[in-house]
Amino acid sequence: MQYEEIATTEEGNLVINVGPQHPATHGVMHLVITMNGETILNVEPHLGYIHRSIEKMCESLSYRQFIYSTSRMDYLSSHINNHGCALAVEKGLQIEVPERAKVIRILMDELTRIASHVLWWGAMAMDVGALTPFFHAFRERELINDIMEETCGARLTMNYMVPGGVMTDLHPNFVKKVKEFVAFFRTKIDEYDTLVTYNVIFQERMKNVGVISAADAVSFGCTGPVLRACGVKSDIRKLAPYDGYEKLNFEEPLETAGDSYARYLVRMRELRESLSIIDQLIDNIPEGDFQAKTKAVLKLPKGEFYSRVETARGEFGVYIISEGGLTPYRIHFRSPGFANLSCLNHIAKGQKIGDLVAMMGTLDLVIPDIDR
Amino acid sequence: MTKEELKAKLTEFNPTAVFDEAGEWLNVSIEASEWLPLAQQLRNSAELDFDFLFSVTGVDWKTHLTVVYHLRSIKHGHIIVVKAKCDRAKPEIETVCNIWKTAELNEREAYDLFGIIFLNHPDLRRLFLTDDWEGWPLRKDYVDEINIIKL
Amino acid sequence: MISLEHISQSIHEALSASLNPTLVLLIEMAIAGILVISLFAVLGLVLVFMERKVSAYMQIRLGPNRVGYKGFAQTAADTLKLLIKEGLTPDGADKFLFNLAPLLVIVVAMLIMAPIAFTKGFQLWDINIGVLYVSAVSSVGVIGILMAGWASNNKYSLLGAMRSGAQIVSYELSAGLSVLTIVILVGSLSINDIIASQQNGWWIFKGHIPVLISFVIFVIAVTAETNRAPFDLAEAESELTAGFHTEYSGMRFALFFLAEYVNIFIVCAIGATLFFGGWMPFHIGSWEEFNHVMDFIPGIVWFFGKIFSLIFLIMWFRWTFPRLRVDQLLNLEWKYLLPIAMFNLLLTTVMAITGFYIK
Repeated sequence: MQYEEIATTEEGNLVINVGPQHPATHGVMHLVITMNGETILNVEPHLGYIHRSIEKMCESLSYRQFIYSTSRMDYLSSHINNHGCALAVEKGLQIEVPERAKVIRILMDELTRIASHVLWWGAMAMDVGALTPFFHAFRERELINDIMEETCGARLTMNYMVPGGVMTDLHPNFVKKVKEFVAFFRTKIDEYDTLVTYNVIFQERMKNVGVISAADAVSFGCTGPVLRACGVKSDIRKLAPYDGYEKLNFEEPLETAGDSYARYLVRMRELRESLSIIDQLIDNIPEGDFQAKTKAVLKLPKGEFYSRVETARGEFGVYIISEGGLTPYRIHFRSPGFANLSCLNHIAKGQKIGDLVAMMGTLDLVIPDIDR
Repeated sequence: MTKEELKAKLTEFNPTAVFDEAGEWLNVSIEASEWLPLAQQLRNSAELDFDFLFSVTGVDWKTHLTVVYHLRSIKHGHIIVVKAKCDRAKPEIETVCNIWKTAELNEREAYDLFGIIFLNHPDLRRLFLTDDWEGWPLRKDYVDEINIIKL
Repeated sequence: MISLEHISQSIHEALSASLNPTLVLLIEMAIAGILVISLFAVLGLVLVFMERKVSAYMQIRLGPNRVGYKGFAQTAADTLKLLIKEGLTPDGADKFLFNLAPLLVIVVAMLIMAPIAFTKGFQLWDINIGVLYVSAVSSVGVIGILMAGWASNNKYSLLGAMRSGAQIVSYELSAGLSVLTIVILVGSLSINDIIASQQNGWWIFKGHIPVLISFVIFVIAVTAETNRAPFDLAEAESELTAGFHTEYSGMRFALFFLAEYVNIFIVCAIGATLFFGGWMPFHIGSWEEFNHVMDFIPGIVWFFGKIFSLIFLIMWFRWTFPRLRVDQLLNLEWKYLLPIAMFNLLLTTVMAITGFYIK
């Protein structure tokens, strides 16, 4: 009987393809893993399965249109992506955004952050083999999606931020529903902790796994919870506050261990911080316009504009080069997932294949964000 | 460090650099050949300490290509933008992935989309596109009749 | 009162009256075979439905509720689907082993059924080394899994099968040792003797702390042996897609699936027999009246009640815990469970010699 040769390297190590269709990659990512038994020797990501070249597309879209393509990058924090783009355009045109719009934007950003982290929590628990948290996570996420649907008209790619403010005013039910959600979610966070955080097996799977030092994390360009888990302050909301984050009272969660568990704890604490931000704002939404008066056709002056925002995954940057035309000359998006992915090989070496899945979970990779 | 201090410091390292202070951050324009020594100075000088490379990208200016590096110092918090000018016909620049590890993937992306060749890069291959792809999509003269819809 | 013992007895007498003994034996074996297979089929349907409903309850869902009354026919429909699905065999696979593996797994599951006493006098094979037989035969199942993983010619399958091999071989030890505690206390390997010894109370109550410890070890070990979460490394959906049965489809996949559930049923039946008195009703020492009332509930109801409570416990584990890593799994066995089980065995022996337990 003829057997096909099982692909191995010259040293006799096993080469295994994880993805593009694999339950752990949460999308179409392709990792080529070299293994010795169960121990990982090398991880090589093969990207581009959903590369749409959004940067090239944006070169032929107007300054109002290009924002919407960014919802399709990191679809779990689409509000925040839109926010970053809107900020870049406003920077170029020097539009003063009304106070009401700023508050609405922050509220939406933080709700998005909660929705994103909640989904991450469920998906990551699923990665380490607990299936139930996923459904619990979706229960809460649905509530946020309902709130979004009422105000923005969409549940996933909201396209709500426009240059100069937000697209429409808040729905009359918004404040009431958000308050209900916050009260409900506070009880559920504790449930999350009892179900997953304090679980002995879960802690064993997370602690001392995927450790990255602060220097390495900085060198790999990691941002967001991945960098904060190493004890490096990196929250753009604190470093370069935008749209009124400087007036708010919230903490930047830091951990020092740099392992998967630290990344997990940082995200769980961010959930509580986001709730506190919403609490501070929900009763104080100022009256006024939700959008500044802007021209129908936006034309950015010649120059370069870079804006940074903190998405659920880290630092998202929009780099616009304008030649003064109707469309950008060149747009570059600095996506947090792409940089966070680059440290995967570094932290996965010498670990078991089961840990790789857990690490990818705590890096919170969103594939369209990486591929763009 | 303020923009002026950064400028003064950088002029020491590289007297021929051209500065642009119009934007939010200090912009430094240099030739591609000057990049590697400058990068080492930026990273290793204790006063500058630019340890965080948060964006690497290329820009096609039709006459030439530039590689744009956005650098931040975690310790000092200052930011600098370095633009290295490359020849369009033969765009070559030294890699910096030994200095900032994030450059490895980002440079592959710039190679993939702009065709900028990073010398001494450990693994310079197409990243997003298939290995047999022809042309460099983000260059301005790239033509694709089927997939690109012009406004 | 009509009991299963009377039925089986009268069938035997009726057959013996008119036929010669060899023919009687053959006919009885055929009847037993049919009964076992139909029990398998029913178990598969019931347990899969139960698992789906239990998981749905824990995951704040409804679960299957459309096919048939309250979704009861859902698993039957699923089985029908699996039956008419094409069973693919990959080109590179070792076809003989690939097709043999699910058969082996299911046959092993059937074999373990033999010495289990369902109710008084209703047992396929009253063998005097019943417990030993069960431990011995249940280890054979791993060969089927290894076979499936190897023959599939798929790296995920191979990894899953290797994990499964390491896991089952290790956890067999703890399971065996925890079973031995009861054997020491009873002084017999026969299933019937073990049940009879629990006439005045189940071992879990009579045996003090050592039996409690061995019960906990038993539950952990059999959860691992049946490849159930949190020890489902052989399948490990998020790591190895589907582990050893990645390449299986159609009815062959269904056989693996069925074998998993039947194995759960069997290990829970063993657990119920050893620690909860099998079909023996809940008796308290010398409370004659109370014991008499309890006897009115038929043994088969007691037995299945106990089994399904244990099955529910194992399902509860699956839908609550994350999965262990492969090295943690082996650490747990070799560094914790096995030493504890050995020490516990010693303790039980001392207890049995000194008679320090409720007789």
